Amino acid sequence: MVEMVSRPYASAFEAFAVKNPDVLCLSADLTSSCEIDGFRDRHPDQFLSLGMAEQNMMSFAGGLGLAGYRPFLHSFGVFLYRRPYDQLMASVAYPRRKVRLMGFLPGITTPGGMTHQAIEDIAVMRSIPNMSILETGDATEVESICEAADSIDGPVYCRVLRGSVPRLFDTPIKVGEMRELAGGDDVLVVTTGIATEEALRARDALSNAGVSIRHLHIHTIKPFNEQALLDHIGSVNKGVVVLENHVIAGGVGSLVAEIMADNGVGKPLVRLGLKDTYAHGGSRGYLMKHYGLDAGALVRGIERVMGIETGIDEEALATARVDAVHSAVKAEAL
Amino acid sequence: MRNERSTEDIAMGIRRRVFEHSMRNNGGYLSQACSAAEQLAFLYNEGLNLGEPVLPAVPKPFAGVPSADNPDYVTGAGYNGPFEPQYDRLFIAPAHYALVAYATLIETGRMDAEGLEMFNKDGSSVEMIGAEHSPGMEVHNGTLGIGLSTGAGLAWGRKRRGEKGQTCVFMSDGEVQEGQTWEAVQAAAHHGIDNLWALMDVNDQQCDGAMDSVMEVRDIAAKFRAFGAVCVEIDAHDLDAMRQAKAEPHEGQPLIILARSSPTQGMSFLQKRFPRLHYVRFKSEEERAEMNISIAAELGIDPIELETH
Repeated sequence: MVEMVSRPYASAFEAFAVKNPDVLCLSADLTSSCEIDGFRDRHPDQFLSLGMAEQNMMSFAGGLGLAGYRPFLHSFGVFLYRRPYDQLMASVAYPRRKVRLMGFLPGITTPGGMTHQAIEDIAVMRSIPNMSILETGDATEVESICEAADSIDGPVYCRVLRGSVPRLFDTPIKVGEMRELAGGDDVLVVTTGIATEEALRARDALSNAGVSIRHLHIHTIKPFNEQALLDHIGSVNKGVVVLENHVIAGGVGSLVAEIMADNGVGKPLVRLGLKDTYAHGGSRGYLMKHYGLDAGALVRGIERVMGIETGIDEEALATARVDAVHSAVKAEAL
Repeated sequence: MRNERSTEDIAMGIRRRVFEHSMRNNGGYLSQACSAAEQLAFLYNEGLNLGEPVLPAVPKPFAGVPSADNPDYVTGAGYNGPFEPQYDRLFIAPAHYALVAYATLIETGRMDAEGLEMFNKDGSSVEMIGAEHSPGMEVHNGTLGIGLSTGAGLAWGRKRRGEKGQTCVFMSDGEVQEGQTWEAVQAAAHHGIDNLWALMDVNDQQCDGAMDSVMEVRDIAAKFRAFGAVCVEIDAHDLDAMRQAKAEPHEGQPLIILARSSPTQGMSFLQKRFPRLHYVRFKSEEERAEMNISIAAELGIDPIELETH
């Protein structure tokens, strides 16, 4: 049974920030929701409340960067780029300020519906010059996200998991690298964020069905190690399946497609994610199944690339992890 | 490098220079020189504590945008002096005042007159809408309304570091239509950012025309005070009033000076163009010639010699 870690960001941020006096903790009225309430209470001199005013927060952070500080902005991902996009461009991205955007509730990890679900954030951030993008997929990556983000010479957007987070890995994020979780030779499976746990759920069933999977987990989306991906694609004989908690346009699936096209790789590619649609409010398990982001959808995608039917059904997939609905580690209803 | 000339003299020099440039280049941001000449002259000649420029008097060509591959990138802030704790910092929030700001740099000896010959030329850093890399600019403000927030962040950071220098944002009144301006004032007040002050050119003009016809903003002084700033209203062409306003105590609060200006001050001929003054183009060669004679006389100079077309 996988280890579940409670609120890994809370302790990781505090431990990191107290060692780095030029790191500032900025919040826009979602302090407990972003697990920095304890930090606010214990380190008020390093915490700045900027209220429900993200446009100002973004440009203000640019000014802090000019003064040599490295502000960590905490909010739900959507609020860090949709409303303050102009400010993100002019005050942060263009001048390469060392602003760290800590975006919580990536994709469908919230029942908050369209207004709370950052489903196109990677597409937006990928298109912004000077921007780097990191995404966490387990508790160890959440625990190492602050150090990884702060090592970047310029702005960075991070997809951060909160609450009760499974521990899948035992080594921290190394910016620019990718994790090889399986080294098979039929199909390359590329996953990010919470999609990686889904792929792990399908691992045994696929193995039992005689499918050899090469599996990559991506935590550094930009910059991206293109040659490493090409080498992995070259090591499989059938094709590539990408599963991501994001719309399939502009995300990691698109990134893989661009690299394959640019390099003339003539293998099939299946991109799984939200297919040009918004989601609605609901539990993570329901949404992942409803929108085809779960282990079952991944198996169907692998079957398409292989041109086979594995016969794998829900029964054969490892039991889905179900969060307690009213778990004590949940920050609030959203 | 201050007070070698009077601020009044520099303001006149700014108007003359912008007028000459606009005459030669078939139009320009003339009304911004009319309304803001005293304000920019005041900032550079006496209002701000700025060091000697650290960039060449003749601006270098555009040298690329910021990127990891461009390590030698610099902004145009070096024309305002070095970044040292005791010196003030200036953001020109309305980037379309760039021509007026460049003229001010020349009049205060911070840039050669040759710099203005590069204005709006391809490959030049002396851009029409001031960019980060343009002389006198430190941040991009072409998107109106972001300047005061950036200034507030810098000022908060400098205060935390114990720096004595202040942060000043030169603003335009059109920016009060943007919500971000009010977010910035409330944040500066909430955090007691009193090493921040703004001088706002209140000329009641915006791109579409008179502000009242585009979007009424009502009593902005009362609004600034309600949002937590100390706000002083002055006649933008009265330098003694400007000096007094700058001295207004504002402990624990940002200071906003509303400089109520005339967009035709010193160039009365432009009243014929009211209320479309944002960018003045000539309607005909006859008008150009008429304007040349009339405004030159008011500015006390000979008409500009124009190239024949």
